Amino acid sequence: MGRKLLLEKAHVEGIRTYEVYRREGGYRSVEKALKSMSPDAIVEEVKKSGLRGRGGAGFPTGMKWSFLAKPEGVPRYLVCNADESEPGTFKDRYLMEFIPHLLIEGMIVSSFALGSNRSYIYIRGEYAWITDILEQAIEEAKANGWLGKNILGSGYDLELYVQRGAGAYICGEETALIESLEGKRGNPRIKPPFPAIKGLWDCPTVVNNVETIAAVVPIVNDGGEEYAKIGAGKSTGTKLISACGNINKPGVYEIDMTISVEEFIYSDEYCGGIANGKRLKACIPGGSSVPILPANLLLKTAKGETRYMNYESLSDGGFATGSMMGSGGFIVLDEDQCVVKNTYTLARFYRHESCGQCSPCREGTGWMEKILLNIEQGRGKMSDIDLLWDIQRKIEGNTICPLGDAAAWPVAAAIRHFRDEFEWHVNNPDECTKRNYGLAHYADPIYVPA
Amino acid sequence: MSEQLLKVTIDNITVEVPAGTTILQAARKIGGDVAPPAMCYYSKLQGSGGKCRTCLVEVSKGSEKDPRPMPKLVASCRTTIMDGMEVKNITSDRVLDARKGVVEFLLINHPLDCPVCDQAGECHLQDLSYEHGAAGTRYEFQRRTFKKHDLGDYIQLHMTRCILCYRCVFTADQLTKTREHGVLDRGDHAEIATFIEKNLQNDFIGNVIDVCPVGALTDKTFRFKNRVWFTKPVDAHRDCDTCCGEVQLWMRGHEVFRVTARKDEWGEVKESTKGGTGWICNTCRFEKKQVSDWEIEGPTKVNRHSVISQGHYVGLQKPEETMPKVMDGRSPKLLMDIHSVSEVNKPNIELSKLDRPAHSTDFNQ
Ligand SMILES: Cc1cc2nc3c(=O)[nH]c(=O)nc-3n(C[C@H](O)[C@H](O)[C@H](O)COP(=O)(O)O)c2cc1C
Ligand code: SF4
Ligand code: SF4
Ligand code: FES
Repeated sequence: MGRKLLLEKAHVEGIRTYEVYRREGGYRSVEKALKSMSPDAIVEEVKKSGLRGRGGAGFPTGMKWSFLAKPEGVPRYLVCNADESEPGTFKDRYLMEFIPHLLIEGMIVSSFALGSNRSYIYIRGEYAWITDILEQAIEEAKANGWLGKNILGSGYDLELYVQRGAGAYICGEETALIESLEGKRGNPRIKPPFPAIKGLWDCPTVVNNVETIAAVVPIVNDGGEEYAKIGAGKSTGTKLISACGNINKPGVYEIDMTISVEEFIYSDEYCGGIANGKRLKACIPGGSSVPILPANLLLKTAKGETRYMNYESLSDGGFATGSMMGSGGFIVLDEDQCVVKNTYTLARFYRHESCGQCSPCREGTGWMEKILLNIEQGRGKMSDIDLLWDIQRKIEGNTICPLGDAAAWPVAAAIRHFRDEFEWHVNNPDECTKRNYGLAHYADPIYVPA
Repeated sequence: MSEQLLKVTIDNITVEVPAGTTILQAARKIGGDVAPPAMCYYSKLQGSGGKCRTCLVEVSKGSEKDPRPMPKLVASCRTTIMDGMEVKNITSDRVLDARKGVVEFLLINHPLDCPVCDQAGECHLQDLSYEHGAAGTRYEFQRRTFKKHDLGDYIQLHMTRCILCYRCVFTADQLTKTREHGVLDRGDHAEIATFIEKNLQNDFIGNVIDVCPVGALTDKTFRFKNRVWFTKPVDAHRDCDTCCGEVQLWMRGHEVFRVTARKDEWGEVKESTKGGTGWICNTCRFEKKQVSDWEIEGPTKVNRHSVISQGHYVGLQKPEETMPKVMDGRSPKLLMDIHSVSEVNKPNIELSKLDRPAHSTDFNQ
């Protein structure tokens, strides 16, 4: 059984309240940090821990923190990205809903490390009830002296605010989030300058994911080296995975990143195998933006090695035969699922969520959606498949923010690995309107554990 | 202290520019085909650029200190020069391919109603498509339409033609007291509109017509009155307490059809002789349509950006010839100058001397 750092106490009765959280050892990291550590020492521990951003890009958090500009007399900000809107990702929600004080604790320690006296939690608009939970937790923390002026007599002041978004996926992109937080239209900014130099109100800012900030708590409590011992290679610590799709036990799991994908899908501790006795066909392992993998490439890399649930192993083979850890939204498709339909659904999402600033993303996402719908409904042509490929190629890398890439990659991967399924739709226009599932043969050559 | 100049090489041509210059500005300094097309960037509008992606270029060498190439194509309008940087624009197949893609994206939902569009002839999207686009379209769906919004008596909005460059938004923010229009909604359903149904009538709001690269915002007082290539631009000025009063009158015979600000070879509003950008006020633009309102200076020097340059005006400004330099001394003869071979256009006939529209008999003298 893997070690748990974040969700270990999540199911203790009443952990949402301050009293229980504190009794279970909560806020120890704040005591330790404010009484015995300098801000730089905390940054150093985070560096040593090897913690990588849990929001999707996997950028080393310690390094990100050390890039923060520190000009004299200018405030700095820490913003927690709780906009979680990626289809298939619901891990932050779970953490905030069940153990909100962990995020508050992480925010206090991280804000202290970065020298922020006003920090923000920018939360997805649809998570209205979690906003209430967080605000309640902040009230409690304040009442008990963990927030406000001169915390624990250390001379350090911190105010923490929760800001709700208005329901836009794009506001999860850090610079769009900052714009939105400033009260503007959530358009991503053009970088450089990066938020570490010019972020919120043009001041140096760090934006981190909920899980990243929560992970700072065990790092400060136990030390960065201790944290780095968990996991494998450059994938240190534990990771929350939100598993969904055709599995027996959908839900949020905390894994240490040494287990194999196979174990994660089939073991009873995690997903518990494919539902209804079906076979595994494909999986999107890191949230809707990352490339889909057919079952054989999911369980084993192209070199025939076992694939593990960590950053390096999931991206082994690049986009040709690999995928990405992304935000940890693990979407499983069984043999009955149609990849064309699935890709169309994703394309529709990105078309709807594009902010519309740059032409390739604004126009390309809509175009891809229309073509995919045609193919899905048996109105496609063979040339449409190549056209789709060309459109995604012209979007990728040519946009302001990574949403363009995120819209292009799923389409590219679907065509790369499941081209014959697209062709089948074109060749069987009547059949594909009558049956709403794809071809089963992808599941055939795949090894199914006993 | 003299300002330090940085070296940058674009398409094999090296220029020296002050620190903080963007790749696009440096390329414009070289001129000609080396300057990337820019549909959203506007040097006089703070914060503009980065959106349309037509100006993408390849940075093949980051700088003298860090020679690594940049992995992605970058928006030249928002990327500043480093010393020793090497940039490829028209010498990069990647750039040309990506640009062709961008043009295609800009056109898939464009109505292509040039025959009834007042911008035709001075539309940057026309130029862009002509220079970088493909001949046909691969888009087989219905083009996007919008609910019509009325912006009042001065400005006509055709949302279907808009490329969402945001220039008009920046203009309203930076030139007028209050911005009354903006971008509503997002993605491919985003639109320029007022909230809720307002007239645009700020003193300087007419300038959105001049900054709009396409026919999305046009002059309602000129609507369907004439084609720009039948009118002749004349520089004129008047004493105005609101603006610089320096304009171009677009005339046919003795009739003033349209008044605009003066523009440079990149299609941007020029500096005024009184300093500052030569934005003009609504009164000058919309209300002064008599020759007697103005003091005429003479025919405008027109440039390649305008179809009326085909009419052999006095002092036509030819763009810098950069091709031989880009091609390392070779001078490809692929681009034929149709004017020198055409039977119809005789360079010895000076159309600007006529005070009426040119007629076929004028060519047969
Ligand atoms: C379109 C888009 C949506 C994003 N949505 C989220 C999100 O919902 N939550 C999140 O933490 N990061 C999201 N990100 C990533 C953020 O931009 C940023 O990289 C992240 O918050 C950094 O935090 P980390 O270093 O802790 O991962 C998104 C990025 C893009 C391009
Ligand atoms: S890539 Fe898409 S979402 Fe990102 S800035 Fe461009 S249009 Fe907006
Ligand atoms: S109306 Fe014109 S200036 Fe305004 S965003 Fe559209 S194209 Fe740009
Ligand atoms: S001009 Fe540079 S992106 Fe539009």
